[in-house]
Amino acid sequence: MTGRRIEESFFRVLMITSTILIAGGLCWIVAVILWRGARSLNLAMVTQLPKGGYYIGGEGGILNAIVGSLLLGFLSTVVAGAIALPVCFMIQGDYAGKGRVAALARLSLDVMWGVPSIVYGAFAYTVMVYVSLGASLLAGIVALTLVQLPIVARAIDEVMQTVPRELKEAAYAIGATRFDVATKVISRQCLPGIFAGLLLGFGRGIGDAASIILTAGYTDSLPHRLTDPVGSLPLAVFFQLGSPDPEVQARAYAAAFILLVIVLLASIATQLFTRRFSRHVVR
Amino acid sequence: MSVRNARDSAAYVLMFCATVLCILLPVALAVSLFVRSIPVLERVPVTTLLTSSDWAPSKGQFGFLPYVVGSVWVTVLAMVLATPLCLLTAVYISEYAPDMVRTLFKPVVDVLAGIPSVVYGLWGIIAIVPIVAAVGPHVGKYLGFVPGLSATGFVNGDCILSGAVVLAIMVAPVIISVAIEVLDTVPIELREAALSLGATRWQAVKHVVVRKSAGGLAAAVVLGFARVFGETMAVLMVVGNVPQVPRSVFDAAYPLPALIANSYGEMMSIPLYDSALLMAALWLMAIVVTFHLGARVLVWLLRRRVE
Repeated sequence: MTGRRIEESFFRVLMITSTILIAGGLCWIVAVILWRGARSLNLAMVTQLPKGGYYIGGEGGILNAIVGSLLLGFLSTVVAGAIALPVCFMIQGDYAGKGRVAALARLSLDVMWGVPSIVYGAFAYTVMVYVSLGASLLAGIVALTLVQLPIVARAIDEVMQTVPRELKEAAYAIGATRFDVATKVISRQCLPGIFAGLLLGFGRGIGDAASIILTAGYTDSLPHRLTDPVGSLPLAVFFQLGSPDPEVQARAYAAAFILLVIVLLASIATQLFTRRFSRHVVR
Repeated sequence: MSVRNARDSAAYVLMFCATVLCILLPVALAVSLFVRSIPVLERVPVTTLLTSSDWAPSKGQFGFLPYVVGSVWVTVLAMVLATPLCLLTAVYISEYAPDMVRTLFKPVVDVLAGIPSVVYGLWGIIAIVPIVAAVGPHVGKYLGFVPGLSATGFVNGDCILSGAVVLAIMVAPVIISVAIEVLDTVPIELREAALSLGATRWQAVKHVVVRKSAGGLAAAVVLGFARVFGETMAVLMVVGNVPQVPRSVFDAAYPLPALIANSYGEMMSIPLYDSALLMAALWLMAIVVTFHLGARVLVWLLRRRVE
């Protein structure tokens, strides 16, 4: 066996080992959380609000956190989508051309993608202080929108760039305006991608704890107004884990289970949506 | 002007405004954080903030050294663990793996990339911390002479090593996903040319594929770095949060993002405290953005060299 054959097998073994380590590690995480969480999950957890003495082992559930997280995730996805869509239409060839505006917007989105979510939390906090708004659902939505915007916009932009030029030109040739093309051709053609982008953002938003710890607060009741503080699943995991009571800690596992299931469902829904809407796509 | 044209123009204005907003957001972020950190900068010089370890917000002492050093330890160790493993995995999946593994691996990795950080942190508490606590004292006993591996006193598992392991696994889907995409863009002809000259597969990878995609792979690692450096929750849960300058991977640390997240309750009640923390957020942002732009320049330079 020559040197290079030995080298070949050596690296092959090394690569297979690292693949197994990483894949194994990731499967281990999902398995541990699902297993430990499912054991401590019960109906009261998902249907009741925390009652008196909940955090020292009393009765109740974490409905406040589930509703709060879904509200935060859903509303911030809507806002992020409402900002991302026009931006994505704008930076396609039809409006901004290959010009500086498009390049600048893409650079800015790339930069924002990398900014840590705790920084968005801190920024939203400065805005809150400026307009003298307390920890609230609204502030949480602002922070999460900032976290999601680059994720959603980059995903949608990538899909929109794949729309064939001929398709748009065919529409322009019969007298369509740019707005017609954007709403009737591009958005139809990219519908699966747009949904996938929004769901990707939703999954990231609902799981993000760092940005809402400074902004959304935490409460045991359901929010009635945008200015009410709101509970959330990631923080429910975090706070319950801080308790010395093993009973309460077990509830942290259950909260993590619920959170993980929501995120995994969003991921799987992405795949399904992509298939379902693909039939409207011209190939 | 017809209704359709008017609608088109109105939509244009709206889209233009949204785009401008998007471009100005990072600037607004940096400016507002900077404005808010002026009060502490006026009282204490930056050099003192960065080199002092005296942390007593109520006395107006803000020495960030332990936090900065803690951040650097955790980030560097996590990247040292993650980078080789992730790149080897990406090369295996892209160049070696049978088709079935390939088609299965990519979507699974993309799904796992979305797992919330608090779940990674919880896994760290359940699985990694006990292992580190059990292994730590033995490593300290036999390898304690190596700088950074000493385990003096009690190892309770909430330490830099645990944080780095959790972060390394957490960032793996991000790096691998981008790296596979980069490797897949290398034209198959280049590999075939190398193989037809008698190169082994690994030689083709080493001399052709990796060379061609070096810039993209570097960008993948930088993306991972940004994620690790700013990660808050997963680290906070396993790293111990003791404000000290760590000397070993078995020491507890207190990285900057964890400090910001943990101080949300008291930061309004102590003067200058919020200003100091918002300055720390500004540092986080500045470092991540610098690395990001640096990676772009690097990709550009490497591409020019290859072509």
